[in-house]
Amino acid sequence: MAMKSRSSRRLPVDSMEKKIQVQEETFDLRSEYDHLRSVSLKVGAVVTFTGTVRDLNEDESVQVLHLEHYPGMTERELDKIIDEAADRWDVIAATVIHRVGDLYPGDEIVFVGMASQHRGDAFAACSFVMDYLKTRATFWKKEKTDDGERWLTTRESDVAAAEAWSKSQ
Amino acid sequence: MTVKIVFFASLREKLGVDSVDLQISAPSRVSALITQLVAQHSPEWHEILTAENIRIAVNHDMINEDAGVTDGDEVAFFPPVTGG
Repeated sequence: MAMKSRSSRRLPVDSMEKKIQVQEETFDLRSEYDHLRSVSLKVGAVVTFTGTVRDLNEDESVQVLHLEHYPGMTERELDKIIDEAADRWDVIAATVIHRVGDLYPGDEIVFVGMASQHRGDAFAACSFVMDYLKTRATFWKKEKTDDGERWLTTRESDVAAAEAWSKSQ
Repeated sequence: MTVKIVFFASLREKLGVDSVDLQISAPSRVSALITQLVAQHSPEWHEILTAENIRIAVNHDMINEDAGVTDGDEVAFFPPVTGG
């Protein structure tokens, strides 16, 4: 991913390690954590989030969760979201991995990892990136249940979570 | 001038196509492209492409119907995102 020349209140964005991947394959939590850890000895906190496929959604039994994305735009949106997080908090390394294709209950869908000097920044940046990813990154989910297929619609609670960050700027 | 139009998710399924190459005679607003697409395909396309929650991007940037489009641009129409 190309780094942008952009200044920040905290660390210059140029010095941040960014990893953004959209892929069908799963990911390995240990190696992603090791990558975040290994970037710098300044790292004092690593916060990681993993989203997984539930077997029940709105009381319907989910058999397959299909994820579609807009290649090119999705990666660019994720890059922008990480840059926004790095403008707000100390971020030494950031990783976002999002899976696409057919996923099944219990599968991992998304990984967000943030490495900072202190835990407050890492927790906040991780939460921010997930909330923005949910409302901005061009992914779409389709559920296959016993009753057929349906595209999911945006949850009001996700929109509210992202808006809360924009008000806290 | 050719503009590539791409559709995603439920929108793509409703229209039954994932992309269309549209010939335009001059740089145009997105709203004019919609009019042209409706004329070339079906009146149903108008309702689908102008639905309230439809998002539009030009060359991977979110924009609105008033944005300008020129030769070689890629215009995307899609529903609100639901990843994560």
